[in-house]
Amino acid sequence: MTERHDARPLPVAQPESDFYWEKARQHELWLRMCVDCDRTYFYPRDICPRCFSRNTTWVRSDGRGVVHTFVIVHRAPTPAFRGAVPYVAAIVELAGGARIPTNLVNVEPRPDKLTVGMSVVVTFADITDQVSLPVFEPEPMAGESR
Amino acid sequence: MKADTWDLSRSVALVGVAESDEIGYVPHKSALQHHAEAAHNALADAGLSKSDVDGIFTARFSTLTTAEYMGIHPRFTDNTWIGGGSFESHVAHAVAAINAGYCEVALITHGQTSRSSRVPVANSVLDAVDLNQPHPQYEMPYGIVGAPACYALACTRYMHEYGETRTREALAEIAVATRRWAGLNSRALMREPMTFDEYHNSRWIAWPFHLLDCCLATDAGGAVILTTAERARGLRKTPVWVIGAAEAHDHGMISQMPDLTSTMARVTGPRALAMAGIGHADIDLTMIYDAFTSTVLVTLEDLGFCAKGEGPDFLRGQRAAPGGDFPMNTNGGGLSYTHTGMYGIFLLIEAVRQLRGECGERQVADCKIALVSGIGGILSSASTLVLAAD
Repeated sequence: MTERHDARPLPVAQPESDFYWEKARQHELWLRMCVDCDRTYFYPRDICPRCFSRNTTWVRSDGRGVVHTFVIVHRAPTPAFRGAVPYVAAIVELAGGARIPTNLVNVEPRPDKLTVGMSVVVTFADITDQVSLPVFEPEPMAGESR
Repeated sequence: MKADTWDLSRSVALVGVAESDEIGYVPHKSALQHHAEAAHNALADAGLSKSDVDGIFTARFSTLTTAEYMGIHPRFTDNTWIGGGSFESHVAHAVAAINAGYCEVALITHGQTSRSSRVPVANSVLDAVDLNQPHPQYEMPYGIVGAPACYALACTRYMHEYGETRTREALAEIAVATRRWAGLNSRALMREPMTFDEYHNSRWIAWPFHLLDCCLATDAGGAVILTTAERARGLRKTPVWVIGAAEAHDHGMISQMPDLTSTMARVTGPRALAMAGIGHADIDLTMIYDAFTSTVLVTLEDLGFCAKGEGPDFLRGQRAAPGGDFPMNTNGGGLSYTHTGMYGIFLLIEAVRQLRGECGERQVADCKIALVSGIGGILSSASTLVLAAD
């Protein structure tokens, strides 16, 4: 019973999110957009959670956003994360307003290295052959090499 | 809106409250034992017997299992689960059910063994997760799971908007004041005084949360009994009246919370107070669900005790501690008294005891009106009650 929970939990794609996860596997971030509201939203739902329109589509995100909030997790919440602490979990607000839960990577997990409002850009963590998670890293300053 | 003008008119009363026999670290009892012991004790408190109960309410645990265990065959059943504040909603639902004639004696029970469960709690929580749901799909893979990490996401945003230092001072005020109340409650788990330094130096669980920002994880049960005004008059204890009630929720998982600095208590507070026909100045005791110190700060503001972002000023100088002019969480709270996972029933137990004048050295003087506000899920739901002494 314990062993089952030692592995990192993987997303189980649903019929309305197969496309999202397939695109993530290809290292692309796609969002649902309501044509009537002219707004993107997260997480993928066929019917707009704001106006309940069925007139929705998929759009590719440029992956740029700002940190809306973050936490530095020191005590593993489940056995699966014992090897990962300390790690940074965050909610990133993408251009257009959609907010996505994620991890911040390639940044030290210290409060003095992280700020709400910092600019970040998507990258992808290949967890298995089939699953890549969109995660975010600090956006390089102009002229900075990556 | 009709609900805002619903006149409860002291139509339904809280007539019995109790914890289970032993609370805290209780490795020799199961969760269902805690349910049944609490129910048994609450019935004795009310002067009722099990055969009087015809409505049953619990959260997370199935009412099927709970009623079966106690040998109760209810004619009204309510399994509403909106997190740890479900029991505040159960009170509102019981008032409605009793007024509608669906039942006459409502029993709300809770029992949980977060400390000593023989199946590790993390495993049973994970086993219960339906992997088809949004939370396991979009948040859990990132380690956004468990209450500390999720609530901390909201707290960081509050600090950003209203100032980290101010926020930190308020969280410390809450932790220390709550511990002082626990020192006056013989059933509280953590009764040793806490200094401000101890708060600030406690280890990180999920920055910005120190260990001492987080509630306990204990084993305990609680039960509450309600009945009609007519029936309440002939019972053992003086009735405590439900004079205001409101519930609301606006998300399930933290990344969907519309405003991370504001809970739906901004809706339930004003609605419950309007229903009761009272203002903030009329409240003698405030019981707020304290899963984390920050939960209290945000909820106080949302309930309208002060403006958004002014909670740190409102709480300064230990005014919520014993001897202060704003008695709050007088049982020692989920932070220092007990927190089983779904703590809301214990808010009700303390409020009723205070309104009856049964609290000994922690008794709030002349306690006539109590506001009880539950929070559930990941700051997802708010359920607010106004209770009045007879």
